Amino acid sequence: MKTIVLFLILLAGVASMAWAGDDSPTPMSNKEAIALVQTHADYVWTLVAAALVFFMQAGFALVEAGFTRAKNAINIMMKNLMDFSMGSLAYWAIGFGLMFGISKSGWIGTSGFFLSDFTPGGDPWVLAFWMFQVVFAATAATIVSGAMAERTKFTGYLIYSLFVSAIIYPIFGSWAWGGLFHGGGWLENLGFIDFAGSTVVHSVGGWTALAGAIVLGPRLGKYAKDGSVRPILGHNIPLAALGVFILWLGWFGFNPGSTTAANKDIAMIFVNTNLAAAAGAVLAMFTAWVKFGKPDAGMSLNGALAGLVAITSPCASVSPLSAVIIGAIAGIIVVFSVVFFDWIKVDDPVGAISVHGVNGAWGTLAAGIFNMGGTSAKIIGVQVLGIGTCFVWTFCAAFIMFKLIDKTIGLRVSPEEEAYGLDRGEHGGNAYPDFEVSAYAQQ
Amino acid sequence: MKKIEAIIKPFKLDEVKGALTAIGVKGITVSEVRGFGRQKGHKEVYRGAEYQVDFVSKVKIEVVLEASMASEAVTTIQEQARTGTIGDGKIFVLPLEDVIRIRTGETGKDAI
Repeated sequence: MKTIVLFLILLAGVASMAWAGDDSPTPMSNKEAIALVQTHADYVWTLVAAALVFFMQAGFALVEAGFTRAKNAINIMMKNLMDFSMGSLAYWAIGFGLMFGISKSGWIGTSGFFLSDFTPGGDPWVLAFWMFQVVFAATAATIVSGAMAERTKFTGYLIYSLFVSAIIYPIFGSWAWGGLFHGGGWLENLGFIDFAGSTVVHSVGGWTALAGAIVLGPRLGKYAKDGSVRPILGHNIPLAALGVFILWLGWFGFNPGSTTAANKDIAMIFVNTNLAAAAGAVLAMFTAWVKFGKPDAGMSLNGALAGLVAITSPCASVSPLSAVIIGAIAGIIVVFSVVFFDWIKVDDPVGAISVHGVNGAWGTLAAGIFNMGGTSAKIIGVQVLGIGTCFVWTFCAAFIMFKLIDKTIGLRVSPEEEAYGLDRGEHGGNAYPDFEVSAYAQQ
Repeated sequence: MKKIEAIIKPFKLDEVKGALTAIGVKGITVSEVRGFGRQKGHKEVYRGAEYQVDFVSKVKIEVVLEASMASEAVTTIQEQARTGTIGDGKIFVLPLEDVIRIRTGETGKDAI
């Protein structure tokens, strides 16, 4: 017993000696310490969210592979790998500077290329912020892959990947989001609301996809001479469904992460994100059920994504009830939009234009209509201006880019290669060598 | 010797196999096939567009046996594979010239 008491006294003595060396805490030093903890939490949340958004790349890859034929599965994987990899390099070298660099005019950023804002020993926030932004740029880029699937020349797609991440996406982004860092865009100065990017990310991807699908033309055999649609079945609906679940998960980083701060706002953003996705899936299912007689899986999956895209812009500024309404309308819109694009013979194998382009526009409009702080003709007017500007800039720039690629190195593979599959023609491989890949239900 | 080929509904395979082995059939080969007869195809919907499935999924079984067993095997297959609805399939009976067991080189009845 004695020894234990002696030991404790000794321990207390050593401990007090250790404390004596430190400055005693003051209200000021406590405040700084608390602020530092908050800063660290912001870093952690932003980077965890970035990882979740990165995982969406896997979701896109699976959705696109599932909705297309087995003979093009390698090509889909390679496109999703390369639009992220080449896009990351392009965004590092050029895109980030154009989007978030110092912008005197409000039209384009002019500094911060090659991450030059970071100096060793300096504030590393630019690195966390860049990481979060590069996965957003990649999301916009990879949306396009699905709409252009099964017929695009791989080299043409690589060139596109560089251009969209270096120029098309960042320039529009600088107008709406530049002020999040060193820039400042004319559109955000008007009060444009696009919290996590219904327009900045999804509509940019969707309208680029529209331009790409138009320049390419439909897949062989998609439309009969009499104008009727001849569906080309996706080869793996469970894969597509897994992709949608992964995207849904990733969206919990995409929307709540856009606070880039660990604060209480993320709770409502989480709830809104989930409710809109749920309402989108349910309403798309019922719309398809009424319209086509069956609860179509492809449409229901697109419906969940449509709800997610639509809530991306308004997620931080609308009530959960509004989120349900916004998602529900998105679910209805996406079904009619898919049918519409088939009717005008724009072949989009995965519904990317309808999910991301059309519902990105709807979500941005909804952010004005359902704004919790009140709405006005002016607020809605600015939203409409943003939606229209995005369409004009993105569609025109992308259309010119795809035309140039088409005229120079070529954008579309030969009809023979398309028939045999891009896996064989572009990559010299077979995604499923142990299986017989049939031409079941292919015209 | 006879060879019997039967095109049947896929979900009837287990019953047909059980009944054939019960009457002494020693081997069966099965393949997944597609085709149409009087049943024709049916319509399905994919992403809002209707399409016709002309070739219906079926299972083809192939059985080789002594000629004396052929009629019993045919009756067995017919009893087990029949549902009474259109698309139950067909049975083909073919004369068979020879059979060779690859491992031993036996031929004819011994190789069945």
